[in-house]
Amino acid sequence: MKKYIFILTIFFFSAVSVMKAQEKGMAFIKEGSYVPLYGAVSQKPVIVKPFYIDIYPVTNSEFLEFVKKNPSYQKSKIKGIFADKSYLSYWTTDFDFGNANPKSPVTSVSWFAAKKYCECQGKRLATMDEWEYVAMADTRKVDARTKKEFNEYILSWYEKSRTYENEIGKTFKNYWGVYDMHGLVWEWTSDFNSIFLSGESRKDKSTDKNLFCGSGSVNASDLMDYAAFMRYAFRGSLKAQYSTRNLGFRCASTTKPKI
Amino acid sequence: MKKIAFAFLLLFSLYSCKESDKKEVKAETKKEISDLSIYNLPSKWTTQDGKDIELKSLRGNVLVMVMIYTSCKSACPRLVADMRDIESKLEKKTKQHVKLILVSIDPNTDTPERLKSFAIENKMNQDPWIFLRSTEENTREFAAVLAVNYKKISPIDFSHSNIISVFNPEGELIFQQEGLGVNNEKTIEAINLEAGKI
Repeated sequence: MKKYIFILTIFFFSAVSVMKAQEKGMAFIKEGSYVPLYGAVSQKPVIVKPFYIDIYPVTNSEFLEFVKKNPSYQKSKIKGIFADKSYLSYWTTDFDFGNANPKSPVTSVSWFAAKKYCECQGKRLATMDEWEYVAMADTRKVDARTKKEFNEYILSWYEKSRTYENEIGKTFKNYWGVYDMHGLVWEWTSDFNSIFLSGESRKDKSTDKNLFCGSGSVNASDLMDYAAFMRYAFRGSLKAQYSTRNLGFRCASTTKPKI
Repeated sequence: MKKIAFAFLLLFSLYSCKESDKKEVKAETKKEISDLSIYNLPSKWTTQDGKDIELKSLRGNVLVMVMIYTSCKSACPRLVADMRDIESKLEKKTKQHVKLILVSIDPNTDTPERLKSFAIENKMNQDPWIFLRSTEENTREFAAVLAVNYKKISPIDFSHSNIISVFNPEGELIFQQEGLGVNNEKTIEAINLEAGKI
C-alpha cells in the first residue's frame, strides 16, 4: 500500500512538472557570436555561450503566483531599497492586478523583483549580450539586423503606445522560437548597469554623432543603429529600483530547465 | 519508509525558495532594518583577511564605500587617493565610528590574498579600511544598489562609474560623491555629521 502511494505521489508530481514545463517553455539558443551595436569598445564579435531563454515574457498571472509565495515582494511589503513607489502601480492590491489581462506581460517591476522571480524558478535574468543576440533574429534569420523591414518593424513599435496591454505571444515567432522580443515590452537584463552613455562611454560607439546629425539618406544600418541605440539608452537610464509600465522581463538559464 | 521521507524531502527542497524567504522576513522584522537599508541584502562577502561577513555585521558604523579593482591603472588609484584624502580629513573624535570600504568589481582576479597585498602595498591594511569581494552576481547587485555601472572591457580591464557613497549607521545611503578628484568638502561634512550622532 505504502509503495502504491509512493508511486502515485511521484506520478502526480511529475505530471505537474510536465504541465509546468509547457507553460514555462524555454527555447534553446545555440552558441554563436555577434558584434554588439553598442557597449563594445572594439568591433570584435562577442561569444554568446549556449543557453535557454523563456519563450514569452513573464505574465501578470505568473507574477501573481510568485508574490503569493514571496510576501516580501508584494506591492505593499516590498522594501524601498528593492523597488520604488511605482512598483506594480497598476495592481489594485497585493493579489489583484486590476483590469490588466492575466496573459499580458507583468510590468512596473524592479530589477530586484525580476531577478528574484527568476531565481525562484531556478533561472536567472538574461545578460544584455544574450538578450540582444536572441533579439536580432527575425522569423527566418539569426541576424536580421541589416534587413530594412525588420528595423522598420522595431522602430514602428517604439512609436506605438500601450503595447504592454497586449497578450504575450501575439508578435512574431523568431528563428529560435522565441516571441515578443520586439513589439510588446522592454525587458530587464541582468547586467543592465554595465552601460555608459556619457563620459566613459565615448568609446562605446564612435558614430553617435552620426545618428542625429546624418543628413540626407537614412539607410538600413542607420535604422539598425537607431533601434539599438534606443534600447541601450533606455537601459542606461535605468536604476535597479525603477519600475515603469513598459518594462517587463523574462528569464534565462545556462543549464536545461529542471521544472 | 525512509525512501518516502527522502522523496518528500527532495520535493520540499525544490520549493525551498518560499521557505527561506519567510525566515528572512522574520529575522528582518526582529532587528527592524529600515526599508532603504543595504542591510536588507543577504549577500556574503569576504574581507582581505579571508573572513566571511554579511554587510549587516557593519551596522552601527558610518560606511564610506567605493567600488574598484586592484589591477586598475587609471581611475582606481585616483579613487583610492580620494578615499585616503577623505580619511585624512575626518573628525578625530568620531573617526572610530567610520569604516572606509573598498569593494572589488573583479572578484575573479581580486582574491582575498590579492586584496591583502594591495592593502599592504597601499598601507591600508588596518582600521578603518576594509576590502571586500563576493560573487560576480552579488557584486552586480551591490553595484545596482549604489547606482554604480561597470563593464568588463578586456580580461583585465573594466570601465566603471567613479562614485563614493556614504551610508548612515542604519545602512541608508545619505550622500554620493561623483567624479575623480572632486571637492570632497560636502562628503566629509556628511560623514562627520553622521559619525557625530553616534
